Formats: sequence, structure tokens, C-alpha cells
Amino acid sequence: MMESAFITVLIAMLGGAIRVSTPFMFVALGECLTEKSGRINLGLEGNLVLGAMVAYAISFHTGNPWIGVLAAGGSGLILGALHGYICKLPKVNDIAVGIAIMSFGTGVAFFFGKPYIQPSAPRLDAIHLGDWTGNPALAQALQVNPLFFVGIILAVAMSWAFANTRWGLIVRMTGDSAASAKAMGVSVDWVRFLATAAGGFLAGVGGAFLSLYYPGSWNQGLSSGQGLMAVALVIFARWDPIRCIWAALLFGAAGAIGPSLQSVGISQGYYFFNAAPYILTLFIMIASARSKGAAREVPGELSITK
Amino acid sequence: MSAEAAGPIPTTRTPNVRTLKLAESVFVPVFALVGSFLIFSLFLLVIGKSPVDFFTLVWTGGFGSSFSIQQSLQRSAPLILTALAFAIPARIGLTMIGAEGALVLGGFTAAAIAIPLVTSGAAAPVAWLIMAITSMAAGGLWIGLAGWLRHYRGVNETISSLLLSYIAIAIMNFFVEGALRDPASANKPSTMPIGDAYRIGSIPGTDVHWGFAAGVVLAIILYILMSRTTFGFAARMTGGNVRAAKAQGLPVGFLVVTCCAIAGCCAGLAGFFEVTVIHGQANASLVAGYGFTGILVAFLARHNPLMIVPVAIIFGAIAAAGGLVQRRMGMPDATVLVLQGIIFVVLLASDTLYGRIKFFQPEARGDRT
Amino acid sequence: MSRLNLSRRSLLKAGAAGLAAAALPMGLARAQSPIVLGAVYVGPRDDFGWNQAHATAMEILKTVPGVTVIEEENVPETDAVSQSMESMINLDGANLILATSFGYYSPFVVELAKKYPDVQFRHAAPLWKEGDPANAGSYFCYLNQGHYVDGVAAGLSSPTGKLGFVAAKPIPSVLSNINSFLLGAKKTNPAATVQVIFTGEWSMPVREAEATNALIDAGCDVITCHVDGPKVVVETAEGRGVKTCGHNASQAPLAPNGFITGAEYKWSTIYAMYADLLAKGEPLPNFVAGGYHNDMLQNSPYGAGATPEAIAAADAAIADLKASKPIYVGPLKDNAGNVVIEGEMDNYDPVLDGMNYLLEGVVGSIT
Repeated sequence: MMESAFITVLIAMLGGAIRVSTPFMFVALGECLTEKSGRINLGLEGNLVLGAMVAYAISFHTGNPWIGVLAAGGSGLILGALHGYICKLPKVNDIAVGIAIMSFGTGVAFFFGKPYIQPSAPRLDAIHLGDWTGNPALAQALQVNPLFFVGIILAVAMSWAFANTRWGLIVRMTGDSAASAKAMGVSVDWVRFLATAAGGFLAGVGGAFLSLYYPGSWNQGLSSGQGLMAVALVIFARWDPIRCIWAALLFGAAGAIGPSLQSVGISQGYYFFNAAPYILTLFIMIASARSKGAAREVPGELSITK
Repeated sequence: MSAEAAGPIPTTRTPNVRTLKLAESVFVPVFALVGSFLIFSLFLLVIGKSPVDFFTLVWTGGFGSSFSIQQSLQRSAPLILTALAFAIPARIGLTMIGAEGALVLGGFTAAAIAIPLVTSGAAAPVAWLIMAITSMAAGGLWIGLAGWLRHYRGVNETISSLLLSYIAIAIMNFFVEGALRDPASANKPSTMPIGDAYRIGSIPGTDVHWGFAAGVVLAIILYILMSRTTFGFAARMTGGNVRAAKAQGLPVGFLVVTCCAIAGCCAGLAGFFEVTVIHGQANASLVAGYGFTGILVAFLARHNPLMIVPVAIIFGAIAAAGGLVQRRMGMPDATVLVLQGIIFVVLLASDTLYGRIKFFQPEARGDRT
Repeated sequence: MSRLNLSRRSLLKAGAAGLAAAALPMGLARAQSPIVLGAVYVGPRDDFGWNQAHATAMEILKTVPGVTVIEEENVPETDAVSQSMESMINLDGANLILATSFGYYSPFVVELAKKYPDVQFRHAAPLWKEGDPANAGSYFCYLNQGHYVDGVAAGLSSPTGKLGFVAAKPIPSVLSNINSFLLGAKKTNPAATVQVIFTGEWSMPVREAEATNALIDAGCDVITCHVDGPKVVVETAEGRGVKTCGHNASQAPLAPNGFITGAEYKWSTIYAMYADLLAKGEPLPNFVAGGYHNDMLQNSPYGAGATPEAIAAADAAIADLKASKPIYVGPLKDNAGNVVIEGEMDNYDPVLDGMNYLLEGVVGSIT
């Protein structure tokens, strides 16, 4: 009994990691790109919510959820570009503008999203990877949305590009020392603008996953701060795309602990189990923060870590 | 930028640098505010509503009568305190976004400590003092912990304070729906009510509660602390450059943790007033987002404790007016969110105008002081 | 306590009969003067759940001549609601306030009712009791009767007898829905159990979806819920091929294969009664509550998930409720083994409003 309960929770955590992590992944990767260039965008929660609304609305009107995903990315791109443009102006504080953009983005999403709360829009399909196991819970846990793989491939690609390509080098250099980037003839403003816009695009796609796949519905409480948390996870992941994936997976898995423990009959103190992702993240941060690597990986130009 | 076109106005005598700076710091935000209103008016016209009606209502709801003004003041009370909770760590260079958790924890601990005080029939002022100290201690410990982790363990304070907020809310919910739940609070799980005798009322002659007065007093005290004392100077210096501060032999660790603890005290005190004035008990309604709104207030006030008060009042007015706009114009709540978003973005972007408008630059005008 | 019970029950009966109980000489009784009605909602009016149920029914009041309805949404249960109501009174001249969220009542409605004795306040929860301000009052529909009917149908539609319930918070109105769902299911399948997962929040879509999946992984084959917006739960369950019962509004179109039926409020009955009294210039009762027997509830149209036997049994259960047949018949034990209900309880017995246990057969814990 104990053993089967344990396995149930483990399977649920595996499923949770796969189902819940994708939006965190996309927002974190987007923010990772932006922060690598030396700018911070705390407002990706706004991109996420707006992306979710736009994706749902466009999927509803066109009948094609993938067009919805692209449109969500587009809406995120516009918000990201707005942030990037404003922060290009001298003396403007990027943290503050980010929070303002978050409020603007959610406001616009709520305003135009009213008519889409009730209707059902075509959703994204899953790839069934676990049907051969014959275990329904496992089969369910292994139903994976293509965007999940897109996120992982993107992370690997980003990681490789940062290390091995000219573009990656330029982004990292702008982030570490604007002065040396300028000396190399790089337009720091442009690099940051593009990195912020691209980061916004990714966060928008993350929103599309929320409304079109899991939980697969549009309403005002859909995100409940996931975008803000994902931005924080980038610091946790120490600006490494691959670690962003691990952080997102960990967060998704920890989020499944609360409901699955209740499903096997361990229900006392569920407020703490539901807060497991936050508690776990905090402890890991405390345990790992002092490592030598941590300090080395911070982009030197980042306003939040100075 | 059209602002560049604002040509020199003929003046009888040359103003000095201070006056010019002051004029600039009034002109830029007002210009930005007008600009954001124009952008929002376009939005209103596109959706077929009258901007004139809208802004008339905003005025009526925010400042149009003594009733409206009092509402704006009352709504600003928690924001002043949470904005201080962001601004003080910001002066020492930290981005501490955990005021929400400190407020919740402060309110919860105040309500919890009130239970033995109320049952033993303590005198109200004594009970208030103990509750206030408890709430400030709880909030101070919470944000102070994030500051301590930052300085001594190298844990990024932005993420740790956000995580601590979620954990504080979980702690409050756990007790409010468990051990400390008042059985009579059936459908809204809460701690035991502190009772009318222990509620703090309004400032005499007004409907504005004492939390507002406390916020103003605290803002003044913290302004003096940060601008006029050695402590404040050392803190600002640390915020400017940690390495230089260390080289000067400043007690950086002490400064960081103290600033964070002060911030937590402000947020905790906001929780104390929420419990003693508004709710009369602790429950999930304490999680109202004041902590996050306070961040924006602090930024718009440029982390200046004195400026926080008027900015918070404007925020209170917009919130108060938002309700009136919904009711009179039949517009959804999200309208005000859009307006707020536009105002914030434009106001923050307008920071770039400082030093760029020739009229306000003494060098450009050819006078030196 | 027993005196209070008696008076509450007599008020209920009076309200149920649609009569003006405890009529007041003041306030609205000043006949035919124009009425400005301020409605306050805790969430967006189009949330496909609790708030929408109220907002839709509110349309009836807008049709009454001489009544102006002003509405404000997304008003949190804080100082903000006092401020909004007071602003309605002072700036819009509101003389009747309908506060539609549980947490608005104490202290906000109570304190404002004392401050503004000429304004009438009505609040959507069974909280008003004698001794509270006379210009305040409550109205409520007992949705647990709807969940009981859901349970009756679910008991005959579930092959395994394992039912799942996604619940927001362990408060009496939610616990009563869970327990009634269980008792309904036990009526048609004595071996039925209900497994419950609390999400801790009224609206937290991702966790609601996770909870639904966890229940299904634990073997539940009918899922229902009590959260603000049931859309996520119903659609997630439908996607996994298990059956669902709805909550608050009809979710039948969301689950074409597995929808059984759902519990729905009929606030329109109460608002129509208010409209009628306002049109006549008569005062509103202090306490109105009801369920099936006075047309304040309805069940969603049966879906493909309901078996013919289930439909027949559910229809019979509705007929029983209309005849005021009690749901809670003792002796009933909670899931820790203590006897919590000894004898037969009237469906509107105020003791049930304070429910703080899960009955035997419910898998879960409220702490």
C-alpha cells in the first residue's frame, strides 16, 4: 500500500513535470536570453497572460491552434519590443518598466479576453508516448505536447549558440560589459532590443501552451503569477538555458506533489504541500548559492544583481 | 520628442539651479501624465466611449468631493507602507519584492497575539502596542531574513523574497484554516475576531483610518533617516557601490539587514492596520496585492519616502475612481488596469526626459550658480 | 441557540413562500421613490461561474421601471468593498446594495448597514441572523441539493463507484456539497466513495487540472467540483474520457461525451421576487433561502454520460427534494468514525450551515 502510494506520487510528479513545466520553460528561456544581453524584463507575466488570451481567441476564430500559438508569440513580441524600446531610452529603469508592462499586458488581455472565457476553442494535441506501457496513469503522464520538445530543443540550441556562435558571443558580451561590446563596434542598444523582443515572443508562446493545452482554457486566473515565478527561476538557474529546463521541470514536478499526496490519502497540511515548489526552490537556492560558479555566471550588466 | 519644443518662457530674473530642478521634476511627470491620458483617450475613442465623460468621472471619484478625497486617502494607506517596504531596500541597492508576504505575516501574527490579549481583557492601547510590535517583528524578520540570506549566503533577494511571500501566505492559510480558526467563521475561515473594543477607528472628523497617519509619519521619519543621518548616508553609499562601501570599512552586512528589517516592519505594520482597522481578524483577504502595487508606487516616487505619500494617494484615487467608471459607464474592471498600465509605462519612460529639456538646464541657459 | 434556530427556520419558511417576512417600515418602504440598486461582484461578471450566475440573473432587476442598476466587478473582500459600497451610496445615490460574495458580509456589510440605516443591504449567503442590522439581509440557494441529485445520477453512471471531487476550500458550503454528493451516490450505489482534493484557492486553473488528473489516476471515473470556474475540471476530465458533473452553470456543451448533469443556482427566482416587491414598493425580506422546493435550483440538462437509470433516479430525487424530503438522515458518521448527525435533518436546518466534517465514505481531510 505504502509502496503503491509512493509510485502513484512519483508518476504524478513525472506527469506534472511534463504537463506544468512548459510555460515556465518558455518564459524562463525568453528571460534568459534577455538577461544574458544585460537587460531584465520582469514583465513577462504580462506577455504570458496576453499570449494565452490571444492564442485562445485566434484559435477560436481560425480553428487552427497553431496559428494561435504564432499569434501569441507575436503579441509577446510586441510587448517585448515595447519594453525593449522604452528601456533603450537613457535613465529609464528596466525593472520598473517591466512591472508596468506586466500591468499593461494583463489589463489588455483581460479587457479583450472577456468574450473568450466561455467558448471552447480548438486545443493543441498531444503526442502519446506512453501508450505501450499499458499503465493508464503512466500513459497519461507520458502524453506530451510538441511544445515541450520545442522548449527543450530551444534550450539546447540556445546553450550551444551562446557558447559557439558569433551571435551568442555578441549577446553575452553585451550582457557582461557594455563598454567592451561598444569597443568591438556592437550596438548595445540594438542587441538588447532584439533580445528583449525575442524573449517576449517566447513568453507569449508559453501563454499559448497554458490556454491551448494545459490547463487548456482561458480565464483571468489562468496564470496566477507563473510568469513572475518563471522570471525568478532564471536567477535560480543561473542564466543557463539547460538549467532553466531543469528548474522548470523541478517546479512542475513539485507542483504535482500537493494534489497527488491528497489523492493517496495524505491530506493534512495541504497548504504546505501546495507551497512545495516555493519551499523547495528556496532551499535549493540557499544550499547552492554560495558555490563558486554562482557568482561567475551573473551577466555583469544586470541591474538586478549589482 | 515634442518636449524639446517647449521653448524658454521670458522670465524677469534668472532662476537658480534648485528652482530649475524643481520645475523640471514637476513638469516632466505632469507632461507624462497628460501624455498617457491622451493615449488612453485614443483607446477610449477606438472602443466608442467618451474620454471627456471618463476623465470627468475619474476626477469626481478621486478628488471631486470631500468624500472622494477621503476615499483616496484611505485607499492609499496600505500602499504608503508597502511602498516604503520596497523603497528602503532599493536605496541600498536591493530589489526586494516580498512586501506582500510580510504584510500577510504581520497581519496574521497581530491577530494571533491578540487572542490571549483579548481573552485576558487587556487595555486596548496596551493590546495595540503589543500587536503592532509583533506584526513589525514578524514582517521585519521575514524581509530581514531575505536580506541576511542575500548578504551572508549570496541568495538573490528578488527571488527569495518572492518565494518567502508565497510561503508566508501558506503559513497564514495553514493556521487560519487549522489550529487558530474561529469555529464561528464558518464560510470565511478566520482567526478569532478582536472585537469592537480593540478595533482602531478613524482619525476624528474624517473617515480616514489611522493607518494613513502612521504611513505619513513613517514616511517622514524614514526620509530623515535616509537623507539626514549617517546611517542613511552609509546605506545610500552601499547602494551606490558595495565594493567602495566595503573598502571604506562600512558595516555592509549590518546596513543591508537593517534596511531590510525596516522594510519588513513597514509591511508588517500595514498588516497590523489591515487587521485592527479593516478586517478585525486575520483571513485570506489579507492577500490583496498591496505588496505588489507598492513596488510601482515606490518606483514612481523614485524611492523617495516623502514622494511616496502623494504617489500613493494618486493610486488610491485611481482605484476609487475605477469603481465609479465601471458603474457609470458600464465598462469592465479591466479598463482601469489598461489606464494604469499606460500611465505607469509613460511615466516611467518619461524619466528619460530629465536633463534633456533645454529650458531646465542651467548650462544651456548660460547661467551658473 | 435553539431559539435562534426556530426563528431562522420560520423566516426561511416565510421567505420560501415568497412573502415579505419581517417587513420594515423604513427604507424601501417609502413607496415608489426611484431605486438605485448597486450590485457588487467579487470576480469578473463573465467568469462562467459564480459571478456570471449572479450577473445574468441581475438582468431581471434592470427591467423594473424606476430601478437603476449599477454594477461593479472584481471587488476584493477587503476595505475595497466597503469603499465601493459607500461610493455607490454617496456618489450614485444607491439605496439598495446587493453584495454577492460570501466574504463581504462580516464586517463590511454589517458595519455599513449600521452607518447607513436608510440604505438596504442584501447579501448572498445565509449569514443574516436576528440582532444583525434590520436594514441588512441574506438570500441564498442551497446548492448542496443540486449536488445530491448529481450524486444520485453519478452513483448509477459510475462503473467503479469511485467518484472524485475537486474542491477549493474546506468551508461549510463546500463540505455540504461534498457530503450531499456522497449521500446521493450512496442512495443509488451504497458502496460508492467520494475522494476529495482541496486546491486551497477559489481559482487556480493549473492546480485544478492537476487535481483532476490525480483523482483520475487514483481510479475515479466521475469527477465533479466546487471551484469558481468549473470549466477546467470538466474539460480536463472529458479529455481523459471520464464522466463529469457540473457546478454553478451548465457545462454540458464542454463535455459532449461524459457529462452527466450539474448543479445550478437559480438566482433569477430570488431576483424576480425582489423585482416584484420593488415594483410594488414593498420592502424586501431579511432572509430568503431555498432550494428545489421553491424553484431556486435547477439541474443542467442530462448529457451523454448519464445512463437511463441514472436519469430516472435523478428525476425521482428531484421530486423528493421538491417534496422537502430530507437529505441528511441519521445516524451518520464522519470519516473519523464520530457520529455527527443523529436524527433526521430538515434540508434548511441552520445546524447544517456550520458543517465542519466529511462524512464516512469521503476520502480526504479538511485540515
